Amino acid sequence: MIELHNLSKRYGSGGRSDAVLALDGVSLTVPSGCLYGLLGPNGAGKTTALRILCTLLAPDAGQVRVAGVDALDDPRGARRLLGYVAQEVAIDKILSGRELLALQGDLHHLPRQERNARIEELIGLLEMEAWIDRRCGTYSGGMRRRLDLATGLLHRPRVLVLDEPTVGLDIESRATIWRVLQQLRDQGTTVLLSSHYLEEVDALADRLAILEAGRVIAEGTPADLKGALGGDRVTLRIREFSDEQEAVRVRSLLQACQGVRQVVINRAQGYSLNLVVDGDAVIERLRHQLADADLPVFALAQSRASLDDVYLQATGRTLQDAELAVAGQRDAKAERKQAMR
Amino acid sequence: MTSATPALSPLPETSVSSSALAEISQETLALTRRLFVQLIRRPSTLVAGVLQPLIWLVLFGALFAKAPAGLLPGGGSYGRFLGAGVIVFTAFSAALNAGLPVMFDREFGFLNRLLVAPLRSRSSIVLASVLYITSLSLVQSLAIVGTAGVLGYGWPGATGLALVVITLLLLVFAVTALSLGLAFLLPGHIELIAVIFVANLPLLFASTALAPISFMPTWLGWLAALNPLTFAIEPIRSAYAGDLVLSRIATDVVLEAPYGSLTTANCLAILTALAVGLFLLIRPLLDRKLS
Ligand SMILES: Nc1ncnc2c1ncn2[C@@H]1O[C@H](COP(=O)(O)OP(=O)(O)O)[C@@H](O)[C@H]1O
Ligand SMILES: [Mg+2]
Repeated sequence: MIELHNLSKRYGSGGRSDAVLALDGVSLTVPSGCLYGLLGPNGAGKTTALRILCTLLAPDAGQVRVAGVDALDDPRGARRLLGYVAQEVAIDKILSGRELLALQGDLHHLPRQERNARIEELIGLLEMEAWIDRRCGTYSGGMRRRLDLATGLLHRPRVLVLDEPTVGLDIESRATIWRVLQQLRDQGTTVLLSSHYLEEVDALADRLAILEAGRVIAEGTPADLKGALGGDRVTLRIREFSDEQEAVRVRSLLQACQGVRQVVINRAQGYSLNLVVDGDAVIERLRHQLADADLPVFALAQSRASLDDVYLQATGRTLQDAELAVAGQRDAKAERKQAMR
Repeated sequence: MTSATPALSPLPETSVSSSALAEISQETLALTRRLFVQLIRRPSTLVAGVLQPLIWLVLFGALFAKAPAGLLPGGGSYGRFLGAGVIVFTAFSAALNAGLPVMFDREFGFLNRLLVAPLRSRSSIVLASVLYITSLSLVQSLAIVGTAGVLGYGWPGATGLALVVITLLLLVFAVTALSLGLAFLLPGHIELIAVIFVANLPLLFASTALAPISFMPTWLGWLAALNPLTFAIEPIRSAYAGDLVLSRIATDVVLEAPYGSLTTANCLAILTALAVGLFLLIRPLLDRKLS
């Protein structure tokens, strides 16, 4: 239903030092009727990819097809098929939610009666009755997101694209949005959503792609991706809060151990260590090794592979660490200026 | 509801496509309505837009109330002379603000919301601004026409009123084009407001709104005679001067410029050329920004 082929996009002029390669040959195929997750840390290129898909941004290279329509050749044709719920989109504070929906309905050329009936339907579905006639300026983040979702659904799009739809939302709004997305998929809409919440993608998505620094580094169903990892996951804590130096020392100790496949330091969790080992025997051996080196064990937990492990395996760091690394680095104001028409 | 389609299922492919004209008018009207709703719920622009020229009219009219009779060419009172200038200035200031809503939409990202929709023509966005600002500035100017009449500064008569409206429309189109162009060219609303602020008064003073060219030093006379506001003021002033005779608009001189004498027809032709020229000039810019 959606095919992105070899998309590249660079922000800023090529020669300048502040140029950013936001997408570096991204290819994705989203099957029809699938709820597809695009997982990646802040700065991975999710928004850029979705904006290109929704014809708001031209790629430097690559192809975009939506239900057979070439979005670069026929952007209007693609726009008719797509509903887009942007990560952060302006709302007209002076209009009421209902008036905004009516405006969007007119921009999609819905006949007046059908438009009004559809608006009623969506108000009910997204539980917006209580506040839809208040001015948008008074809405909370959750209300705005629900309204955004409604505007994306007005014209009954065959493909719904959402950019981080639940970031910073209250539990109730998040639950409402999750429920509606699942219903949509069940009734035949293709849904593509980006997220940097592992749990969200794990819980919702039929398939997912992991995006990292403008490249797709893994793709498949959550079960396949986790299954392909193999081995047992172990989280080891020497003490409740360790430090980098000690963590590095323990890592080299563990890496020397036979049957230990991978050791990664998880900075975000008090320098605990995430490792992948081949079977329980290895864990026993580890305990001995640590005792021999006079190292305590505060906690040692075994778990099944999660999407976090998939990410870890592919990038060598946890998603949380990747988030922390970019926190505060992006200049939102400059990016908004750059994206201004 | 008995609808066959469940609430969330996508529409079957057989969606009816209505005519281009119907679609363009639907989207343009919706966008125009939004601008008017904004105006009505935040009426300070409207109030200021009428109040300011009213103050001009009353204060400036009073300032020269005791000026010696016969001071002005044509011999009317200063208030009468000033009326045409204030009417034109009202329309001009209103139209100069045309770009502001567009600029805010660019800056705050509402434009992106509009651009994901399958608009039949993205010119609808520009068209809505033109419709909105034209009606707004006409309403404001006509309010001033009415007040000037009540204050005893004259009334143009029916034909005269038609000429007033046509002249104002031409000026408003030209200035709207300019303002919309600036709204897409300048980086933000601060810059746009600065340009509007700086352009406003000098254009007023360097025109024949407040004094005839014969009162001015040569250099200012030249500026006034090249100022688009003057080409709108003089036809309107002539409409106020006496019963308008249509057959004479191409022969009666309304402006003695340093470079020659202009009739009402000349002035209107210049304004038309200006409006058309500016729209042609900004078109590539709009196409680029909205594509
Ligand atoms: N408008 C912009 N101008 C310059 N750089 C940008 C702009 N938008 C995004 N970037 C950069 O491109 C990269 C990808 O950004 P984005 O697509 O927003 O990622 P995500 O949505 O996954 O957080 C980041 O490094 C970001 O700083
Ligand atoms: Mg993003």
